[in-house]
Amino acid sequence: MRGKFAVKQISVFLENRRGRLADVARALSEAEVNIRALFLADSSEFGILRLVVNNPEKARAVLSAEGFAASETDVFAVEVEDRPGGFYKVVKTLSENGIDVEYTYAFAGASNRAILFFKVPDSEFDRALELLSNEGHKLVEAAEFYT
Amino acid sequence: MSLKEKDYMPREELQSLQLKRLKETVERAYHLVPFYRKKFDEAGIKPSDVKSLEDLKRLPFTTKQDLRDNYPFGLFAVPLEQVVRIHSSSGTTGKPTVVGYTRHDLSVWTEVMVRTYLMADVNEKDIVHNAYGYGLFTGGLGFHYGAEAIGASVVPASGGFTKRQLMLMKDFGATVLCCTPSFALHLAEVAKEEGYNLKEDFRLRAGFFGAEPASKALKETVAEEWGIQYVEAYGLSEIIGPGVAASCKHGNLHVFEDHFIPEVIDPETGEVLPDGEEGELVLTTLTKQALPMIRYRTKDITVIHREPCPCGRTILYIESIKGRADDMLIVNGVNVFPSQVEHVIAKVEGVTPNYVIVVDKKGVLDKLEVWVEVDESILKDGVGTLERLQRKLEEELLNNLYINAKVKLVEPKTLERSMGKAKRIVDRRQLEGGR
Ligand SMILES: [Zn+2]
Repeated sequence: MRGKFAVKQISVFLENRRGRLADVARALSEAEVNIRALFLADSSEFGILRLVVNNPEKARAVLSAEGFAASETDVFAVEVEDRPGGFYKVVKTLSENGIDVEYTYAFAGASNRAILFFKVPDSEFDRALELLSNEGHKLVEAAEFYT
Repeated sequence: MSLKEKDYMPREELQSLQLKRLKETVERAYHLVPFYRKKFDEAGIKPSDVKSLEDLKRLPFTTKQDLRDNYPFGLFAVPLEQVVRIHSSSGTTGKPTVVGYTRHDLSVWTEVMVRTYLMADVNEKDIVHNAYGYGLFTGGLGFHYGAEAIGASVVPASGGFTKRQLMLMKDFGATVLCCTPSFALHLAEVAKEEGYNLKEDFRLRAGFFGAEPASKALKETVAEEWGIQYVEAYGLSEIIGPGVAASCKHGNLHVFEDHFIPEVIDPETGEVLPDGEEGELVLTTLTKQALPMIRYRTKDITVIHREPCPCGRTILYIESIKGRADDMLIVNGVNVFPSQVEHVIAKVEGVTPNYVIVVDKKGVLDKLEVWVEVDESILKDGVGTLERLQRKLEEELLNNLYINAKVKLVEPKTLERSMGKAKRIVDRRQLEGGR
């Protein structure tokens, strides 16, 4: 299952300096990379920007060439109904089975659906996919983000 | 007197020999080298003013810059006809430094190298694998002739070709290894990768390591991995090459005092410091003909010890070189060397070896920051991991260097680099005219 559902997420290290986020956006836009989802986690001094893009390999190459520390990580995406309780159902399945969510983020897509991204420990990745799929959650194929 | 006995001379005998030789050296330098005559005249000192060893501290210093200014042969005290060997250091900045030897100087060099080898009782049965570079650098030939004089079988391997060196070491049954400490470690790592068993496949029993500062951890690792006696060999080409000092079985770095007088000074004021205090090592040669050196500032930081060593040698010993005076920082009264910071960073995963130390004033106190470039590998985890990494580095710096430093993680390639040596220190205190 992993091959089909592992979404290549790009993580970028950012110092809290003015304009660094804009530099990332500019570099990706110039390379015609489309950002599908993003999430910024930060401390007072630095942050890590998580990106799901339509062309992860190109994005990573462009960012590295611009001098950013960028790495690729596998996450998976689950589609839920965009209404109260949608997020809870997924998290409940994972937590009841003892799978730690390292971080998660979401974006509300078109119509009434929302997409949730999850990062779990690598050793639990396959088990998480199987559990969610067995319990009837809708996993989103990675290919859907790459266009 | 046998060569080994020279290390055990009664102190009074040694000191009267030193004084006699110091007077001769000063006379020769003053009369034969215009540079020294000018310096002495400017300082108002005549060779006849040197009446005791105490008078040494009145003499002016000589620096690496003086060697460069007199490039190539300006400091030689003999005509070139008497010079039988010339070595040179690779100058990272400006002109290289050039050193010359008469036939007598080469015999002095061989003698101190033999005494270096005697720290591990090297003898004619030993097979000495010499992986110091042969050429302009003094390491290769210095270790070569010392071992040959003892009658050991020397393998002049020189540098590079790690796998072939390992094959020769094993096949020839080398018992003694001579190289830099980092190359000794590299040899061990490659040997293990190649499937050798370091203690069973090799017959090494001792190693002579020098030409670069080594941390205690590195020395212990090399000694343990190879299962050998680790002899530290200290020297510099301006003085003679390797052979200025060597460590005995108790790990004390004995200076061959009948040929070189060591002093330790405060690098800022030039004052001679009492024994036991840390400062810059200054060396004076006592027997060199071609290139006598009077109070040469080595820029190496160490401590002099005159208390007796359990090995019984009467010559004094110094501590293993801690770093270069050029690089030393004093932060709130604590000496900090970039090499120490480097060791801490090298041990922690998630950062690259690229760092800069930034010192600033905050009120009356110095404030130290260490900026380190993050490694991509750590971005997979959350921000919390980066914060823990920051704290871990700060703790390690406090435990190892006794300094409170603030660690700042920075983006890759943001720290300044130059072709040869990276710029490791940004000292902003002087900008405010603070000190
Ligand atoms: Zn000793």
